[in-house]
Amino acid sequence: MSDQPLYVSRIPIFPRRVSGSYRTLKWWMMGLTLAIYYLTPWLRWDRGPNMPDQAVLIDLVNRRFYFFWIDIWPHEFYFVAGLLVMAGLGLFLFTAALGRVWCGYTCPQTVWTDLFLVVERWVQGDRNARMKLHNAPWTARKMRLKGTTWAIWLLIGLATGGAWVFYFTDAPTLARDLVTFQAPGMAWFTIAILTFTTFVFGGFMREQVCIYMCPWPRIQAAMMDEGTLTVAYRDWRGEPRGKGLRRREAAADLRVAGPLVGGRSPLIPMPGVPNTTTGARLETAGQDTRPPGDCIDCNACVTVCPMGIDIRDGQQMACITCALCIDACDQVMEKIGRPRGLIDYVALSDAPREAAGGAPIPAWRHAVRPRNLIYFGIWAGIGIGLVFALFVRPEIEMTVAPVRNPTFVTLADGSVRNAYDVRLRNKNGEARAFLLSPSMGTAADVSIESRPGSVVRVPADAQERVRVYLTAPADSEMAREAASDARLWVEDLAGGARAHVDTTFNGREN
Amino acid sequence: MSKRRIDPVTGTETTGHQWDGIEELNNPLPRWWLWTFYATCVFALIYVILYPAIPLVRDATGGALGWSTRGDVAAEIAEVDASQADMRESLVSIDLAALDENEALLSFATNAGGAVFRTNCSQCHGSGAAGAIGYPNLLDDEWLWGGTIEDIAYTVRHGIRNENDPDARWSQMPGFAEILEKEEIATLVVHVQSLPEGQDPLAGAGGQLFDENCSSCHGMDAGGDRSLGAPNLTDAIWLYGNSTERLTQLIERGPFGVMPPWSERLSEAEVRAVAAYVHGLGGGEAQVGEPADDTAAGNPNDLMLGDETPE
Repeated sequence: MSDQPLYVSRIPIFPRRVSGSYRTLKWWMMGLTLAIYYLTPWLRWDRGPNMPDQAVLIDLVNRRFYFFWIDIWPHEFYFVAGLLVMAGLGLFLFTAALGRVWCGYTCPQTVWTDLFLVVERWVQGDRNARMKLHNAPWTARKMRLKGTTWAIWLLIGLATGGAWVFYFTDAPTLARDLVTFQAPGMAWFTIAILTFTTFVFGGFMREQVCIYMCPWPRIQAAMMDEGTLTVAYRDWRGEPRGKGLRRREAAADLRVAGPLVGGRSPLIPMPGVPNTTTGARLETAGQDTRPPGDCIDCNACVTVCPMGIDIRDGQQMACITCALCIDACDQVMEKIGRPRGLIDYVALSDAPREAAGGAPIPAWRHAVRPRNLIYFGIWAGIGIGLVFALFVRPEIEMTVAPVRNPTFVTLADGSVRNAYDVRLRNKNGEARAFLLSPSMGTAADVSIESRPGSVVRVPADAQERVRVYLTAPADSEMAREAASDARLWVEDLAGGARAHVDTTFNGREN
Repeated sequence: MSKRRIDPVTGTETTGHQWDGIEELNNPLPRWWLWTFYATCVFALIYVILYPAIPLVRDATGGALGWSTRGDVAAEIAEVDASQADMRESLVSIDLAALDENEALLSFATNAGGAVFRTNCSQCHGSGAAGAIGYPNLLDDEWLWGGTIEDIAYTVRHGIRNENDPDARWSQMPGFAEILEKEEIATLVVHVQSLPEGQDPLAGAGGQLFDENCSSCHGMDAGGDRSLGAPNLTDAIWLYGNSTERLTQLIERGPFGVMPPWSERLSEAEVRAVAAYVHGLGGGEAQVGEPADDTAAGNPNDLMLGDETPE
């Protein structure tokens, strides 16, 4: 049994600055995701009069969702549900192919933590300076530096919360109301909550959020297999570590005999707790007679890690596969004249093959394999289905609900009348008139309650409910039959488009 | 107190109590737990004093605040009533015939009227207002006493054939069991059954009986008379059914349907609201002198001309 506590208080991590191809990719992803988040509400889209001009707008009050040229009404929520299913499957696909790339590059927690780290580094300096400042007593200088950092974090948090509310109402109007303190209370409340969570999660909790709060690391194991590309240390190439051989010898006795980390331990590795290593390695630590490996135990991979872990301990839950350690290690390998890739994106199944001297398998071979293709197939299928549904979406939408209390009414002249609750939706930016008519060939006559004629006017971007009567003459078959089919046509008088809904007509039941 | 004893295994002080060799350790409750407990005790005491709490034989103690769930509901109802006061007032003062033109008020009246109907009228007329044998169907276009909104309001206010209200609409068909022979009634039943099919009301033996006994109220053409509440016998609607047994029974005994005067139980605003609701159910008749609904429907495109004309 391990005597490690289930939780130890956070030991701050001060990642060192690093540069390299993965870091560059991360900068681009950070810029892209932040730009999308902050700028989207400000994109304009002309939908004509009486309609919002915002390209992406979640109008909760009127229950509309506008996305560029697409507007979604509540009864079409399956589009949103489909997108959510696609998002889920996309996560499966990316995780199966590339492990936690979502975590490493695009997760908001990662992006904002990265942004906060930039601020921290800009104000307080890099790793060593920050560590020194952290351990220094509270002097005026420390207060000034820490205060400046926190103030900038707060401003970013405020902007984050501020950007969120713009998605739900017209952005320029809300911005003006916010500046003049006339915005609704809910806006302030939302901004306050998001400012607070951004400030605390990005500034102080950081990797704690990923390790203790986020469910994803627990779920991801089901999506990954030995063919998934993850960040890994080629221990067959690096071990035994050159510089640290003697140090490790001394430390071996003190080390806790932890569970197999490389064998995907169920335990959460604790930052700050002495790293555990494989049992096998422990045994041979003292009497390793092999020539030293490529790893010179410079700890570069550890110092740049925003999660504070040592990737050489093997795959572990806290790793978000951000690949900064790859960048750091590659720099060192270049300096000492060894090939890059001591730490690299590798699949578990590659290890025995490469350890035995086999050639590495190209990355695309890991990505294109049946499991990922199946995920992609389902994902794309849903996407195609949604696009198809979008294009066959009827222009005129009418629902007809027969009134069943009572099912029919006999009128004085013996004719039989049925009532229907008809809903007509007008998705245009202008009022439209719809003409209702019964199907050709049916004897029934159509009329609308408390309205002359059979034309329904529906205001712009609204739906109208009317009670419609179909009346069949006394001697008609419809009046005599217990139930017969009826079809109600609707014609858009402005565009001429026609649509119909089939329903039932109840006659005298004798 | 005697000397303190420390339990050697746990290092905790004991209370000195011992049962069968098992000693009780002195592990006091956490301070925060105790204070929470005291706080709940204080809360409970205050609560019992302020709110109804202790059950007595018939009810419970009243509580110093005088609070009750009934009081809460009453307050909420009063609040809604107050917010609707303006609407009720204008509903009472408006000319019912002109209700159509005030969309907000009409919507208020039909909604409120629907609630009044379901509470007070649905027992006889059905929740869908389709009525039953002896209880008029309010959805069709047959009205014994008139189907304009004013007529309906009058009927609701004063009721039909009830003796409590001198203004109630009153008519009574006599029972003919004493007046006519059994065979004559049978002839009359067959005759009346054939009226909707176009039979001349005055033709044949049945016609003669009809002329002598029925036409004074139902008219020579059997078309009925709304001022008397006499039904039209030539249409397809039979309030009491048209089977031979029912018609025989009806002619022998005479019907006597009673509707209570609702002005006793409903406010004038509620009477007007329920009249608006019933009028809107599909059978309501336009005010006399106004053009019928159908004539107003011309070219549907004309309807688009107006203050909200698109394009």
